[in-house]
Amino acid sequence: MKMEKAILAAVTTKTNKVAGSAAVFTCETKEEMEAVAANLEAILDGIAHALSDHLYIIVKH
Amino acid sequence: MNEYTYPILFGILVGTAMRVYMLRTDYRQYPTYLHGKIIHLSLGFIAASLGTIAIPSIMEKEFTAVTFLTLAASQFREVRNMERNTLTEMDAFELVPRGNTYIEGIAVAFESRNYLVIFTSFIVTLCYLAVNLWVAIGAAIVAFIMCTFWMSGSKLSDIVTVEESTLSFDGAGLYVDNIYIMNIGLPERQEEILKYGMGFILTPKSFSVRSTIANLGQRQAILHDVSVSLGVFRDSGTPALVPLIKRDLNDGRIGVFILPQLQDPLRAKEVISAVPVLENAIQMPSKKID
Repeated sequence: MKMEKAILAAVTTKTNKVAGSAAVFTCETKEEMEAVAANLEAILDGIAHALSDHLYIIVKH
Repeated sequence: MNEYTYPILFGILVGTAMRVYMLRTDYRQYPTYLHGKIIHLSLGFIAASLGTIAIPSIMEKEFTAVTFLTLAASQFREVRNMERNTLTEMDAFELVPRGNTYIEGIAVAFESRNYLVIFTSFIVTLCYLAVNLWVAIGAAIVAFIMCTFWMSGSKLSDIVTVEESTLSFDGAGLYVDNIYIMNIGLPERQEEILKYGMGFILTPKSFSVRSTIANLGQRQAILHDVSVSLGVFRDSGTPALVPLIKRDLNDGRIGVFILPQLQDPLRAKEVISAVPVLENAIQMPSKKID
Protein backbone atom coordinates (compact mmCIF):
# COMPACT_ATOMS: atom_id res chain seq x y z
CA MET A 1 0.00 0.00 0.00
CA LYS A 2 1.31 3.42 -0.91
CA MET A 3 0.80 6.10 1.71
CA GLU A 4 -0.09 9.37 0.04
CA LYS A 5 0.09 11.59 3.08
CA ALA A 6 1.99 11.14 6.29
CA ILE A 7 2.72 13.21 9.38
CA LEU A 8 6.49 13.47 9.46
CA ALA A 9 6.82 15.45 12.66
CA ALA A 10 4.86 17.45 15.21
CA VAL A 11 6.10 20.70 16.75
CA THR A 12 4.38 21.90 19.89
CA THR A 13 4.66 24.03 22.97
CA LYS A 14 2.28 21.78 24.89
CA THR A 15 3.62 18.25 25.06
CA ASN A 16 0.43 16.86 26.56
CA LYS A 17 -1.42 17.69 23.31
CA VAL A 18 0.57 15.26 21.15
CA ALA A 19 1.24 11.56 21.34
CA GLY A 20 1.99 8.74 18.95
CA SER A 21 4.67 7.52 16.64
CA ALA A 22 5.64 10.72 14.83
CA ALA A 23 8.70 12.68 15.95
CA VAL A 24 7.60 15.33 18.46
CA PHE A 25 9.61 18.51 18.99
CA THR A 26 8.82 20.44 22.13
CA CYS A 27 9.50 24.17 22.11
CA GLU A 28 9.47 26.85 24.80
CA THR A 29 7.87 29.71 22.90
CA LYS A 30 5.66 30.25 19.85
CA GLU A 31 8.55 31.95 17.99
CA GLU A 32 10.81 28.98 18.59
CA MET A 33 8.05 26.66 17.41
CA GLU A 34 7.68 28.63 14.17
CA ALA A 35 11.43 28.61 13.56
CA VAL A 36 11.66 24.86 14.16
CA ALA A 37 8.64 24.22 11.92
CA ALA A 38 10.13 26.37 9.14
CA ASN A 39 13.39 24.45 9.31
CA LEU A 40 11.68 21.08 9.36
CA GLU A 41 9.52 22.11 6.42
CA ALA A 42 12.61 22.80 4.34
CA ILE A 43 14.49 19.72 5.53
CA LEU A 44 11.69 17.20 5.21
CA ASP A 45 10.15 18.65 2.05
CA GLY A 46 6.76 18.73 3.76
CA ILE A 47 4.26 21.45 4.54
CA ALA A 48 3.87 22.96 8.02
CA HIS A 49 0.19 23.02 8.90
CA ALA A 50 -1.13 24.76 11.99
CA LEU A 51 -3.69 22.78 13.95
CA SER A 52 -3.82 25.31 16.76
CA ASP A 53 -1.68 28.09 18.21
CA HIS A 54 0.31 25.47 20.07
CA LEU A 55 0.66 22.72 17.52
CA TYR A 56 2.19 22.43 14.04
CA ILE A 57 2.43 19.26 12.04
CA ILE A 58 4.77 18.68 9.09
CA VAL A 59 2.92 16.69 6.45
CA LYS A 60 4.32 15.02 3.36
CA HIS A 61 1.86 15.46 0.48
CA MET B 1 7.44 8.62 -65.02
CA ASN B 2 3.87 7.61 -65.64
CA GLU B 3 0.42 9.22 -65.36
CA TYR B 4 0.46 8.84 -61.58
CA THR B 5 3.80 10.54 -60.89
CA TYR B 6 2.58 14.13 -60.60
CA PRO B 7 -0.62 13.32 -58.67
CA ILE B 8 1.40 11.25 -56.20
CA LEU B 9 4.05 13.94 -55.78
CA PHE B 10 1.36 16.57 -55.35
CA GLY B 11 -0.53 14.49 -52.78
CA ILE B 12 2.62 13.82 -50.75
CA LEU B 13 3.64 17.47 -50.93
CA VAL B 14 0.27 18.73 -49.71
CA GLY B 15 0.10 16.10 -46.94
CA THR B 16 3.58 16.87 -45.66
CA ALA B 17 2.91 20.62 -45.84
CA MET B 18 -0.22 20.00 -43.79
CA ARG B 19 1.83 18.23 -41.11
CA VAL B 20 4.34 21.10 -41.03
CA TYR B 21 1.47 23.53 -40.67
CA MET B 22 0.02 21.58 -37.74
CA LEU B 23 3.39 21.22 -36.02
CA ARG B 24 3.71 24.63 -34.49
CA THR B 25 5.57 25.21 -31.25
CA ASP B 26 3.81 27.55 -28.87
CA TYR B 27 3.57 28.14 -25.12
CA ARG B 28 2.88 24.46 -24.62
CA GLN B 29 6.58 24.15 -25.43
CA TYR B 30 6.23 20.94 -27.29
CA PRO B 31 7.93 19.69 -29.36
CA THR B 32 10.88 22.02 -28.95
CA TYR B 33 13.54 19.50 -29.88
CA LEU B 34 14.68 19.58 -33.46
CA HIS B 35 14.84 15.80 -33.41
CA GLY B 36 11.30 15.59 -32.05
CA LYS B 37 10.15 17.68 -34.98
CA ILE B 38 12.00 15.48 -37.43
CA ILE B 39 10.26 12.39 -36.02
CA HIS B 40 6.86 13.98 -36.60
CA LEU B 41 7.74 15.33 -40.04
CA SER B 42 8.96 11.90 -41.12
CA LEU B 43 5.80 10.27 -39.85
CA GLY B 44 3.79 12.97 -41.59
CA PHE B 45 5.59 12.18 -44.83
CA ILE B 46 4.82 8.48 -44.41
CA ALA B 47 1.18 9.27 -43.66
CA ALA B 48 0.98 11.50 -46.74
CA SER B 49 2.50 8.74 -48.90
CA LEU B 50 0.02 6.17 -47.63
CA GLY B 51 -2.97 8.42 -48.24
CA THR B 52 -1.76 9.32 -51.70
CA ILE B 53 -0.88 5.85 -52.92
CA ALA B 54 -4.29 4.45 -51.97
CA ILE B 55 -5.90 6.20 -54.97
CA PRO B 56 -3.66 4.87 -57.79
CA SER B 57 -3.88 1.42 -56.15
CA ILE B 58 -7.67 1.48 -56.36
CA MET B 59 -7.52 2.76 -59.94
CA GLU B 60 -5.22 -0.11 -60.88
CA LYS B 61 -7.68 -2.52 -59.22
CA GLU B 62 -5.05 -3.45 -56.61
CA PHE B 63 -7.60 -3.48 -53.82
CA THR B 64 -5.42 -5.39 -51.40
CA ALA B 65 -3.06 -2.41 -51.31
CA VAL B 66 -5.67 -0.56 -49.28
CA THR B 67 -5.03 -2.92 -46.38
CA PHE B 68 -1.83 -0.91 -45.94
CA LEU B 69 -3.99 1.72 -44.32
CA THR B 70 -4.76 -0.63 -41.44
CA LEU B 71 -1.03 -1.03 -40.95
CA ALA B 72 -0.78 2.73 -40.84
CA ALA B 73 -3.43 2.86 -38.13
CA SER B 74 -1.47 0.57 -35.85
CA GLN B 75 1.74 2.51 -36.55
CA PHE B 76 0.19 5.81 -35.63
CA ARG B 77 -1.27 4.35 -32.48
CA GLU B 78 2.36 3.82 -31.52
CA VAL B 79 2.87 7.55 -31.98
CA ARG B 80 0.31 8.16 -29.30
CA ASN B 81 2.07 5.77 -26.93
CA MET B 82 5.42 7.35 -27.68
CA GLU B 83 4.14 10.86 -26.93
CA ARG B 84 2.36 9.70 -23.81
CA ASN B 85 5.46 8.00 -22.45
CA THR B 86 7.80 10.89 -23.22
CA LEU B 87 5.51 13.50 -21.73
CA THR B 88 4.76 11.42 -18.63
CA GLU B 89 8.47 10.93 -18.03
CA MET B 90 9.14 14.64 -18.40
CA ASP B 91 6.15 15.65 -16.30
CA ALA B 92 7.85 14.49 -13.09
CA PHE B 93 10.41 17.26 -13.53
CA GLU B 94 8.00 20.11 -14.05
CA LEU B 95 7.51 22.52 -11.15
CA VAL B 96 3.79 22.43 -11.93
CA PRO B 97 3.03 19.21 -13.83
CA ARG B 98 0.74 19.01 -16.83
CA GLY B 99 -1.22 16.11 -15.42
CA ASN B 100 -2.24 12.92 -17.18
CA THR B 101 -5.44 14.28 -18.72
CA TYR B 102 -3.57 17.05 -20.52
CA ILE B 103 -0.87 14.61 -21.67
CA GLU B 104 -3.48 12.20 -23.01
CA GLY B 105 -5.07 15.07 -24.93
CA ILE B 106 -1.74 16.03 -26.52
CA ALA B 107 -0.96 12.39 -27.39
CA VAL B 108 -4.36 11.92 -29.03
CA ALA B 109 -3.84 15.12 -31.03
CA PHE B 110 -0.52 13.82 -32.33
CA GLU B 111 -2.12 10.58 -33.48
CA SER B 112 -5.14 12.19 -35.07
CA ARG B 113 -3.09 14.75 -36.98
CA ASN B 114 -1.44 11.92 -38.88
CA TYR B 115 -4.89 10.67 -39.91
CA LEU B 116 -5.80 14.17 -41.03
CA VAL B 117 -2.70 14.10 -43.21
CA ILE B 118 -3.79 10.75 -44.70
CA PHE B 119 -7.28 12.09 -45.47
CA THR B 120 -5.90 15.28 -47.00
CA SER B 121 -3.49 13.43 -49.29
CA PHE B 122 -6.22 10.95 -50.20
CA ILE B 123 -8.72 13.65 -51.19
CA VAL B 124 -6.17 15.83 -52.98
CA THR B 125 -4.82 12.94 -55.06
CA LEU B 126 -8.36 11.79 -55.85
CA CYS B 127 -9.25 15.28 -57.08
CA TYR B 128 -6.09 15.47 -59.17
CA LEU B 129 -6.66 12.10 -60.84
CA ALA B 130 -10.45 12.32 -61.18
CA VAL B 131 -10.64 15.97 -62.28
CA ASN B 132 -7.51 18.08 -62.67
CA LEU B 133 -4.73 19.97 -60.88
CA TRP B 134 -6.79 23.10 -60.22
CA VAL B 135 -9.53 21.20 -58.43
CA ALA B 136 -6.82 19.45 -56.41
CA ILE B 137 -5.34 22.81 -55.40
CA GLY B 138 -8.83 23.95 -54.41
CA ALA B 139 -9.30 20.78 -52.34
CA ALA B 140 -5.93 21.38 -50.63
CA ILE B 141 -6.96 24.91 -49.66
CA VAL B 142 -10.29 23.69 -48.30
CA ALA B 143 -8.46 20.98 -46.32
CA PHE B 144 -6.13 23.57 -44.76
CA ILE B 145 -9.06 25.77 -43.77
CA MET B 146 -10.93 22.83 -42.25
CA CYS B 147 -7.87 21.69 -40.33
CA THR B 148 -7.36 25.16 -38.90
CA PHE B 149 -10.97 25.11 -37.81
CA TRP B 150 -10.83 21.64 -36.28
CA MET B 151 -7.38 21.93 -34.77
CA SER B 152 -8.38 24.34 -32.03
CA GLY B 153 -10.99 23.16 -29.58
CA SER B 154 -12.96 25.38 -27.24
CA LYS B 155 -11.36 27.60 -24.64
CA LEU B 156 -12.18 27.99 -20.98
CA SER B 157 -13.69 31.43 -21.59
CA ASP B 158 -16.41 29.68 -23.64
CA ILE B 159 -17.69 27.78 -20.62
CA VAL B 160 -16.85 29.88 -17.55
CA THR B 161 -16.56 33.50 -16.48
CA VAL B 162 -13.22 34.40 -14.95
CA GLU B 163 -13.06 36.99 -12.19
CA GLU B 164 -10.18 38.12 -10.05
CA SER B 165 -10.74 37.60 -6.36
CA THR B 166 -9.03 38.33 -3.08
CA LEU B 167 -6.79 36.00 -1.08
CA SER B 168 -7.33 35.92 2.66
CA PHE B 169 -6.35 33.91 5.71
CA ASP B 170 -8.74 32.78 8.38
CA GLY B 171 -6.31 31.55 11.02
CA ALA B 172 -4.09 29.17 9.06
CA GLY B 173 -6.67 28.53 6.34
CA LEU B 174 -6.08 30.16 2.96
CA TYR B 175 -9.22 31.25 1.11
CA VAL B 176 -9.94 32.53 -2.39
CA ASP B 177 -13.18 34.44 -1.94
CA ASN B 178 -15.03 31.95 0.30
CA ILE B 179 -13.41 28.82 -1.14
CA TYR B 180 -11.01 27.03 1.19
CA ILE B 181 -7.69 26.24 -0.48
CA MET B 182 -5.26 24.87 2.09
CA ASN B 183 -3.77 25.18 5.56
CA ILE B 184 -0.58 27.25 5.68
CA GLY B 185 0.93 27.19 9.16
CA LEU B 186 3.98 29.44 9.07
CA PRO B 187 3.40 33.22 9.22
CA GLU B 188 6.41 33.67 6.94
CA ARG B 189 4.76 31.55 4.21
CA GLN B 190 1.46 33.33 4.71
CA GLU B 191 3.16 36.66 4.03
CA GLU B 192 4.79 35.30 0.89
CA ILE B 193 1.47 33.96 -0.31
CA LEU B 194 -0.33 37.24 0.26
CA LYS B 195 2.51 39.08 -1.49
CA TYR B 196 2.95 36.87 -4.54
CA GLY B 197 -0.32 34.97 -4.75
CA MET B 198 -3.34 35.75 -6.87
CA GLY B 199 -6.84 34.38 -6.69
CA PHE B 200 -9.43 33.87 -9.41
CA ILE B 201 -12.97 32.56 -9.30
CA LEU B 202 -14.27 30.59 -12.28
CA THR B 203 -18.04 30.50 -12.44
CA PRO B 204 -19.61 27.91 -14.76
CA LYS B 205 -21.91 29.39 -17.40
CA SER B 206 -24.24 26.39 -17.38
CA PHE B 207 -25.02 23.33 -15.32
CA SER B 208 -23.40 20.97 -17.85
CA VAL B 209 -19.93 22.45 -17.53
CA ARG B 210 -19.78 22.08 -13.77
CA SER B 211 -18.37 18.59 -14.00
CA THR B 212 -15.94 19.65 -16.75
CA ILE B 213 -14.25 22.28 -14.65
CA ALA B 214 -14.43 20.05 -11.60
CA ASN B 215 -12.29 17.47 -13.42
CA LEU B 216 -8.94 17.24 -11.67
CA GLY B 217 -7.08 16.96 -14.98
CA GLN B 218 -8.72 20.12 -16.29
CA ARG B 219 -7.79 21.95 -13.10
CA GLN B 220 -4.18 20.81 -13.34
CA ALA B 221 -4.08 22.00 -16.96
CA ILE B 222 -5.15 25.48 -15.84
CA LEU B 223 -2.39 25.59 -13.22
CA HIS B 224 0.21 24.32 -15.68
CA ASP B 225 -0.67 26.79 -18.41
CA VAL B 226 -0.67 29.73 -16.00
CA SER B 227 2.68 28.66 -14.55
CA VAL B 228 4.22 28.29 -18.00
CA SER B 229 2.97 31.65 -19.22
CA LEU B 230 3.53 33.77 -16.13
CA GLY B 231 6.25 31.87 -14.29
CA VAL B 232 5.79 30.37 -10.85
CA PHE B 233 7.03 31.51 -7.44
CA ARG B 234 8.15 28.08 -6.38
CA ASP B 235 11.12 25.74 -6.13
CA SER B 236 11.77 22.16 -5.19
CA GLY B 237 11.82 21.94 -1.40
CA THR B 238 9.08 24.54 -0.96
CA PRO B 239 5.99 22.36 -1.10
CA ALA B 240 3.93 24.97 0.75
CA LEU B 241 4.17 27.29 -2.25
CA VAL B 242 1.99 25.28 -4.57
CA PRO B 243 -0.67 26.64 -6.90
CA LEU B 244 -3.99 24.91 -6.21
CA ILE B 245 -7.59 24.84 -7.35
CA LYS B 246 -10.45 23.93 -5.07
CA ARG B 247 -14.14 23.72 -5.63
CA ASP B 248 -17.13 25.29 -3.96
CA LEU B 249 -19.40 22.33 -3.39
CA ASN B 250 -22.51 24.48 -3.15
CA ASP B 251 -22.52 26.02 -6.59
CA GLY B 252 -19.70 24.36 -8.59
CA ARG B 253 -17.51 27.47 -8.82
CA ILE B 254 -13.80 26.82 -8.62
CA GLY B 255 -11.25 28.95 -6.80
CA VAL B 256 -7.89 29.22 -8.54
CA PHE B 257 -4.90 30.08 -6.37
CA ILE B 258 -1.74 30.84 -8.35
CA LEU B 259 1.72 32.17 -7.57
CA PRO B 260 2.84 33.92 -10.75
CA GLN B 261 6.21 35.59 -11.06
CA LEU B 262 4.73 38.14 -13.41
CA GLN B 263 2.35 40.09 -11.20
CA ASP B 264 -0.15 41.07 -13.84
CA PRO B 265 -3.77 40.16 -13.01
CA LEU B 266 -5.09 41.11 -16.45
CA ARG B 267 -2.56 38.90 -18.21
CA ALA B 268 -3.31 36.06 -15.78
CA LYS B 269 -7.02 36.41 -16.54
CA GLU B 270 -6.29 36.25 -20.27
CA VAL B 271 -4.17 33.13 -19.82
CA ILE B 272 -6.82 31.37 -17.74
CA SER B 273 -9.48 32.29 -20.31
CA ALA B 274 -7.37 30.81 -23.10
CA VAL B 275 -6.71 27.45 -21.42
CA PRO B 276 -8.02 24.70 -23.72
CA VAL B 277 -11.02 22.71 -22.53
CA LEU B 278 -9.61 19.18 -22.42
CA GLU B 279 -11.58 16.71 -24.47
CA ASN B 280 -11.20 14.08 -21.79
CA ALA B 281 -12.78 16.39 -19.24
CA ILE B 282 -15.86 17.24 -21.30
CA GLN B 283 -19.06 15.70 -20.05
CA MET B 284 -22.56 16.31 -21.25
CA PRO B 285 -24.94 15.43 -18.45
CA SER B 286 -27.84 17.24 -20.11
CA LYS B 287 -27.59 15.31 -23.37
CA LYS B 288 -29.25 11.96 -23.85
CA ILE B 289 -30.17 9.67 -26.69
CA ASP B 290 -33.88 9.07 -26.87
